[in-house]
Amino acid sequence: MPNFIMSYLNSKDAITPGAAGSQFWALVYVFIIFAGVSVAVMAMNWLERKALAHFQIRLGPMRVGPHGLLQPIADAIKLMLKEDIIPAEADQFVFWVAPLIGLLAAFTVYTVIPFGPSQAVSDMNIGILFMLGVSSLGVLGIVVAGWASNSHYPLIGALRSSAQMVSYEVAMGLAVVSAILMTSLNATGTGTLSMIGIVQAQQQQGVWFIFKFFPLGLIAFGIFAIAMIAETNRAPFDMAEAESELTAGYHTEYSGLRWSLFMLAEYAAMIAVSSIAVALWLGGWMRPFPNLLNAPAWDFIFSLFPALTFFGLAAIAIVGVVRMPAHSFFKIQRIGLAAFAAVLGFIALLLLVIAVAGRSADASVAASPAAKFSEGIDYVYWFVFKVAVFMYLFIWYRATWPRYRFDQLMKIGWKVMLPISLVVLIATAIVGVLVS
Amino acid sequence: MAEEAKPPVPPPPPEGEKKPAAEERAAPASAEPAKPAAAAKPAGPVPVPWTSPLVEKYRGQYGSGLDAQTYLGQNYFAVDRSLIPDILRLLRDEEQFDYCVDITAVHYPQREKQFDVVWILYSFPRNERVRVKTQIADGASIPSSVSIWATANWLEREVYDMFGIQFDGHPDLKRILLPDGWKGHPLRKDYGILQQDNEWVQINLGIESGQ
Amino acid sequence: MNDSTHDASSRALSNLDLETPEKPYLDSNELIINMGPQHPATHGVLRVILKLDGEKVLGTECVIGYLHRGVEKIAENRTYTMFNPYVDRMDYVAAVSNGLGYCEAVEKLMNVEAPARAKYIRVILTELNRIASHQLWLGTHALDIGAMTPLFYTFRDREEILKIFEKYCGARLTTHAFRIGGCQYETYAGFEKEVKNFLTFVAPKIDEYEELLTTNRIWIARTKNVGVISAADAIALGVTGPVLRASGVKWDLRKAQPYAAYSEFDFDIPTGTNGDTYDRYLVRMAEMRQSLRIIEQAVNRIPEGPIMAKVPKIIKPPVGEIYHSIEAPKGELGYFIVSDGSTQPYRLRVRPPSFVNLQALDTMVRGLLVADVVAVIGTIDIVLGEVDR
Repeated sequence: MPNFIMSYLNSKDAITPGAAGSQFWALVYVFIIFAGVSVAVMAMNWLERKALAHFQIRLGPMRVGPHGLLQPIADAIKLMLKEDIIPAEADQFVFWVAPLIGLLAAFTVYTVIPFGPSQAVSDMNIGILFMLGVSSLGVLGIVVAGWASNSHYPLIGALRSSAQMVSYEVAMGLAVVSAILMTSLNATGTGTLSMIGIVQAQQQQGVWFIFKFFPLGLIAFGIFAIAMIAETNRAPFDMAEAESELTAGYHTEYSGLRWSLFMLAEYAAMIAVSSIAVALWLGGWMRPFPNLLNAPAWDFIFSLFPALTFFGLAAIAIVGVVRMPAHSFFKIQRIGLAAFAAVLGFIALLLLVIAVAGRSADASVAASPAAKFSEGIDYVYWFVFKVAVFMYLFIWYRATWPRYRFDQLMKIGWKVMLPISLVVLIATAIVGVLVS
Repeated sequence: MAEEAKPPVPPPPPEGEKKPAAEERAAPASAEPAKPAAAAKPAGPVPVPWTSPLVEKYRGQYGSGLDAQTYLGQNYFAVDRSLIPDILRLLRDEEQFDYCVDITAVHYPQREKQFDVVWILYSFPRNERVRVKTQIADGASIPSSVSIWATANWLEREVYDMFGIQFDGHPDLKRILLPDGWKGHPLRKDYGILQQDNEWVQINLGIESGQ
Repeated sequence: MNDSTHDASSRALSNLDLETPEKPYLDSNELIINMGPQHPATHGVLRVILKLDGEKVLGTECVIGYLHRGVEKIAENRTYTMFNPYVDRMDYVAAVSNGLGYCEAVEKLMNVEAPARAKYIRVILTELNRIASHQLWLGTHALDIGAMTPLFYTFRDREEILKIFEKYCGARLTTHAFRIGGCQYETYAGFEKEVKNFLTFVAPKIDEYEELLTTNRIWIARTKNVGVISAADAIALGVTGPVLRASGVKWDLRKAQPYAAYSEFDFDIPTGTNGDTYDRYLVRMAEMRQSLRIIEQAVNRIPEGPIMAKVPKIIKPPVGEIYHSIEAPKGELGYFIVSDGSTQPYRLRVRPPSFVNLQALDTMVRGLLVADVVAVIGTIDIVLGEVDR
């Protein structure tokens, strides 16, 4: 096997391809992440429609594929086939480039997201700074889109969106800094900005930063959690793009595929900021209760969770098959859903086998590939699980709450979040100094 | 369609009430002309004079320009046009009729003074409703009550829109329900039920006719 | 852009500019924005022209009449009985109330009274319709402010009321439930039971709506002190209904001048203190509960007897005029009928509560931000069918 493939695999002592200098594997990881995020965005689209519908006592998409599972694909195809309308007065090149800027900003961030101690494309030692900086580029995409549309309302909407995002970034940044301060409370007394380092700091200190210096970690997490909703223009901070408002959003003039690029960028940004929250406060890839329940038996039980999740999903799918009306109209749907359940079950079995194999070979062959692979899967699973919880929360907020008026939104960003995050930052610093 | 639906009836009230004192526009008991005398039906309700201290005061003040009646338990003043807007202002300021429920008009084309303008007022402290009616001729205008009750703004605009009655002193008398350039005032009796301003329709909607 | 709308805009400008009518077309800070007539939040075809200074609203002008169907003119060409179904189409959300007002007005003119049983049935159906109308209002108003879920909850619960209507008179929305002189249809078998079931069904649902919104900080931030109208302004502008009651005036036609069988029931009149959107919301929620009270009292003791008074087949009221008004869900709905002794009204004037309440929009939105205009339009609770007739 060529060296450039095997050298990384063989020399892997838990470093990322970026750190190992292996471009091939970095590309592979990039490809996996890109595919994964795209699938995640489609799944998020489906989940949003279904969950929102269930909150509103209705069913959501049910026809396109069993329980609407193929709806995102249908939407994607529809958007691709739509007529590409560019306003005559619009600035052509800028109009074309605006969604790409947003996408670029949203996707570039994924290079440093730590799915595991070595499961990241690259572990920059300024990881969090990179993430904050690049995700701010998304604002540029929005402003450019509003400008290029050459029309009042999109421009006003774009300016509002960008003002909102910029103001909440300040609070976000300060909350992030207070989490980073906590990373320096280790033996050497030096903190780290690298994403993997931050999670490892939580591992070393034996506490997730959300619980550290209670309630400071919690408040910092809360500030970030609220700011990230405002960053991504989601409810209750979605005044800039709501339909019943006077000024329509920055993406009014975009149709078809271009519009879907904006939506893609929005969901990708949601996942990205949730990843920051998970990595900084919720222990990243660590399984729940790493200290409280740290017997090997608990390790084993928690390592079964990926398989159990997929078994659960397969069971839900089977229940859906059983409950489908026994009518010839539903034959194809039943077959489809049963096939989907079978696929999920198969994945579950695979994960079970990997978990058991990884576990059974534990004491003697600790560095066996199976064990490493199983561990890797566990890391990625827990990370994704926590991010998924955040995604569900995004949808839940949208279903439940009305939206803030724009001036109230800005007031909260500057007059409430910023002072609180400053206070938390200073308090964290003081407590940190006192403790160490 | 309106023609088939209309059963043969005598024309509207005027001939029953053409009195020499034209301002007394009381509705007499004209139940009799409509019903055959053979059926021993009791006489229908008749407007009776309305007596109350309020009426006495105003009768003393305005004399013959004001007539007060009660029909079916509802009190109304039939006043001379010259008393508007004073009587309205008095009713609001002194008698606490602070809420103007409605302003409307009725068109009697056979009459000399074709329009009846009606104000329906209500008093919160007294829990009483009163109507004030006056008669004006076609083309005449009448003082606006916007300075008395702010609600009169749109109500008078609608009366203007539907009947063509001008209100002096109204801040913005223009059509409210019909488009601005419409010609004709639909609630007049000489405006057909199927009639439309075809010119406006052709210019603005680009179709031949609204029918 | 055709002539008439251009005329309207330029004249609207001079109308809004109260200080100096001769100002130039556009001050650099001022902006004229047009909302509607097709707009997701104007509850029908309503056009609102806003004059803004940045984000603040300096003045508004409503352009209405897009749904004008000439109902009053039609009334002059239809007999009283034939006109009855037209009345539902005005405030189509609360059609039963419209029918009640009309039938009672004509009955007054004819000097007849509906029998007791008919009055009770009328009260029950009208109060059910009040709840349905307020539920629809709540759903759409919450949607305008951004809470998308109450809409589905209220519409689902409204279905139960519409089912009762459908069983009673065959129609869900434009019910034509009453006739001049009483009711045409006897209550169907199981009517009382279904109404009682509905009462137990919907009471916790109203609590559910309150739970979602009343203490929600975002809801309060969007509705408190938004669209304030003082009691004096409200009375001067002729505003009635929940808008007036939220400004502190404890007045309800069902208590002040009782009609149908309302004098026999015990219920409260909820009022507010501030006259803002939040108070109007609370007042309407409380009104729903009071309606439940009324229905509960009524359905337990519907008297036996005829449902139709002795009215002649051809309704020919004697010559005269009458004004009769009822407390519709939106305010005081009045009918001014002039009869010339024939089978067709000589003049039938409908005093629409939404029309008069909408006039107060200008007073309510002065100084607010653009986003609040949508909330205030929703809180006045207009139905364009009634505004325009």
